[in-house]
Amino acid sequence: MSAPLISVENLTVQFHTDEGLVTAVDDISFDIAPGEVLGLVGESGSGKSVSAKALMQLNAGNTVYGADSRIILHRDDGPLDVLSLKRSRDLKLVRGGAISMIFQEPMASFAPAISVGEQMVEQLLLHTDLNKKQARDLAIEMLARVGISDAAQRFKQYAFEFSGGMRQRAMIAMALSTKPKLLIADEPTTALDVTIQAQVIDLMKELVAEFGMGILFITHDLGVIAQTADRVAVMYLGRMVELGTVRQVIRQPAHPYTEGLLHALPKLDRLDEPLTPVPGDIPSPLERPSGCVFHTRCPKFMPGKCDVSVPAATTLDEGHAAWCFVAGEAAGQGVKVPA
Amino acid sequence: MTVPIHISARNLSVHYPLGRRLFGPSPVVKAIDNITLDIPRGSFFGLVGESGSGKTTFGRALLKAAPISSGRVRYVDDEVEYDIARLGKAELKDYRKRAQLIFQDPYAALSPRMTVRDIIAEPLEVMGLTSSREETDARVREIAAKCRLNLEHLRRFPHAFSGGQRQRISIARALVCQPHFLVADESVAALDVSIQADILNLLKSLQQEMNITFLFISHDLSVVAHTCDHVAVMYLGRLVESAPTRELFAAPRHPYTQALLSAIPSLDPDDRGQAQRLEGEIPSPSDPPPGCRFQTRCPHAIEKCRIDEPPLQREGGEHDIACHRWRELAQSIAVA
Repeated sequence: MSAPLISVENLTVQFHTDEGLVTAVDDISFDIAPGEVLGLVGESGSGKSVSAKALMQLNAGNTVYGADSRIILHRDDGPLDVLSLKRSRDLKLVRGGAISMIFQEPMASFAPAISVGEQMVEQLLLHTDLNKKQARDLAIEMLARVGISDAAQRFKQYAFEFSGGMRQRAMIAMALSTKPKLLIADEPTTALDVTIQAQVIDLMKELVAEFGMGILFITHDLGVIAQTADRVAVMYLGRMVELGTVRQVIRQPAHPYTEGLLHALPKLDRLDEPLTPVPGDIPSPLERPSGCVFHTRCPKFMPGKCDVSVPAATTLDEGHAAWCFVAGEAAGQGVKVPA
Repeated sequence: MTVPIHISARNLSVHYPLGRRLFGPSPVVKAIDNITLDIPRGSFFGLVGESGSGKTTFGRALLKAAPISSGRVRYVDDEVEYDIARLGKAELKDYRKRAQLIFQDPYAALSPRMTVRDIIAEPLEVMGLTSSREETDARVREIAAKCRLNLEHLRRFPHAFSGGQRQRISIARALVCQPHFLVADESVAALDVSIQADILNLLKSLQQEMNITFLFISHDLSVVAHTCDHVAVMYLGRLVESAPTRELFAAPRHPYTQALLSAIPSLDPDDRGQAQRLEGEIPSPSDPPPGCRFQTRCPHAIEKCRIDEPPLQREGGEHDIACHRWRELAQSIAVA
């Protein structure tokens, strides 16, 4: 594997709230290589969006990062610790410069009263040396590249004149026009219809091959992950529970939570099997369980062990790890996907 | 043995006017157009489509919660028979007890200022179904237990609950007046995967226990495949295909259904990109294309499709298809 593009080490994110300090992300580490798609999977409250926003220091003012948390961006002119940046002038190197982000709801991420083209030009002027004319040409070229027909005309229109799928394409065009090293895609297809989702996924795969940037792809949909990611990190209630290649995680899930998620998914080729939900509800972040955070819902819960100490990573295979005391015992009986 | 029909729609249309024009006819959005569909009693009937297909409007029209422009809806159970488009005030009041709706977003559907007990009790009080507070409490407790909510839960306010628990409260509220027909509009779309399976299993067991007819509206084909007995597919206000679940998923006939099925991301990482892809996007319902509604995106469209709208044709026992070319397409697939 080539040198990583970005390394996240011991990231802990907490928020000051009226109820006290709430932990959203608890001691997670991962890295992303150039040209690699890392899928970040988890349900609501798992901390996947908070982790992603930390990469650009986009979390709100009440955020506290852990003392030993590091986010190292490996640039051509040396490594840069994103969390140590204070001034917004410095952060500009990261936000929209080295890292771009695509959000879930494209209607909410475009300003409604400024034309789409103007917004694309604005960020190009901020982050590149292009002049207005060049920026305009590049913006139109990017719109055409993501499959928006009649790009020069569309350039002048507003976000409300675009359909949902087209808005998300424009968002992708905008994010990629500054040629970022890393693209963060936060549920980019969740708000789209399936047929449009398929188009956007195809487009993103093409663009990774063409531009060679790394992607942090956040989603709750394991099917989308299987179709896009090279490696997968599974999160639950702020902790990483499993990390591995997409084949390892989906074919041989080692953590009971990953396994539960896969079993809970309705599968078209097995209509006779009953759906097995993960028992119980996700605990509130205000009442984080002690020990392993998943122990309140885990079918393999061992009293006196899982609720007392936090499990360390168990390495199962090259590049495949699970944070569970019984990791791997589940392996072999994972969800078999027909070849 | 034939199962009696609970709800039947005949040439049902819901058209919304789009402003007024000084000259000429004012434009209309054809949210649903000329839909004919039978929902058998006690079935778990699935309705699938993308945004703008009119699936929500159809569900609401059956409940008389959307204005019916033309066509008929008949509701028949053991006691009454209603023509939904022409319901009088008293009849509508009675119909509300028989037909209920579960909403999509459990965060928006529950009043933050009412306790769970009051939320579930409200339909009983509004419809005057119970005569005393004791009776109301008994009914609330009974239905809450069925939806796995305990007495402690009933005293709390909705903000204290997770998405799955809130959806169970919504379900309890819809079921407390013991309806015979229930429309569940995207009832699991806002839920996490691990919770979604739980709610689906709950709906299924409640349906069997209370003998309810369900119209389950969803955009998620795999969810529908797992829960419904019969599935209808809508596109741009029209019904394109309707069949028993097994039949539809084993042999989808309409090109749109086929494309929808193949657009579902496969869980197999090695099965990337062979899927059939649909070009373009769903046209606006205010300006639908002539002929077949799907012709602008259909890979098999011919001249005829651009002129004539294909009628819904019945094939075999219960399989309805609205496509000019499905027979020859099915043959060419069989040959290849």
